[in-house]
Amino acid sequence: MAEDVFKALVDPTRRRILDELVERDGQTLFEICGRLAMKHGLGLSRQAVSQHLAVLESADLVRTRRQGRYKYHDLNTEPLERIATRWLRPDAPEKSP
Amino acid sequence: MRIHLTSIFVDDQAKALDFYTGVLGFVKKNDVPVGEQDRWLTVVSPDEPGGAELLLEPLGHPAARTYRDALVRDGIPLAQFAVDDVRAEYERLRGLGVHFTQEPVELGPVTTAVLDDTCGNLIQIVHHQEVGG
Repeated sequence: MAEDVFKALVDPTRRRILDELVERDGQTLFEICGRLAMKHGLGLSRQAVSQHLAVLESADLVRTRRQGRYKYHDLNTEPLERIATRWLRPDAPEKSP
Repeated sequence: MRIHLTSIFVDDQAKALDFYTGVLGFVKKNDVPVGEQDRWLTVVSPDEPGGAELLLEPLGHPAARTYRDALVRDGIPLAQFAVDDVRAEYERLRGLGVHFTQEPVELGPVTTAVLDDTCGNLIQIVHHQEVGG
């Protein structure tokens, strides 16, 4: 749902998580926590990061996969593409560079 | 007080000894039979033979597996080892077939990576960025 996507993107920490997943897909919870803490000074509890990830997952912006004994998080940009195209006029003339 | 020994639970002590010595490059320090099957089995760094020992402990207690598997699922390492260059060590170990759950990443003052020790645990390797280099 688009509504969920907007809600998910409101929070700066969640946008930061997406930034980090752009840099590298397929991160464990441990890696995401480490990146937020060490690169951005966001010393969130593991539970708090888990909750942010759950919001991103319910908006389908993040997908999780189990691979053997590990759980990885991947970025999914499809909902963003739907938003981006939603207000674009298909017949709009292309801007010249 | 000094840290003399720390331990991790391993699925299989013989397999763990192979991995920690043959792949990671530690050396065996103590190997004493305890009971029917278990061993008091420790390894040390070849750079510090008198340094802290790592005990490769049998996964005997039923709660140990639950605890360990929960940490592994979230990618949390149980021990951290210092290396000179995480990226070089990553390449070397990958060449030996080691699986990493986290490839090398620069996190402020440190570079880290996380690998699977094939005996049920995740291990973090780390180096500190050179200051003013």
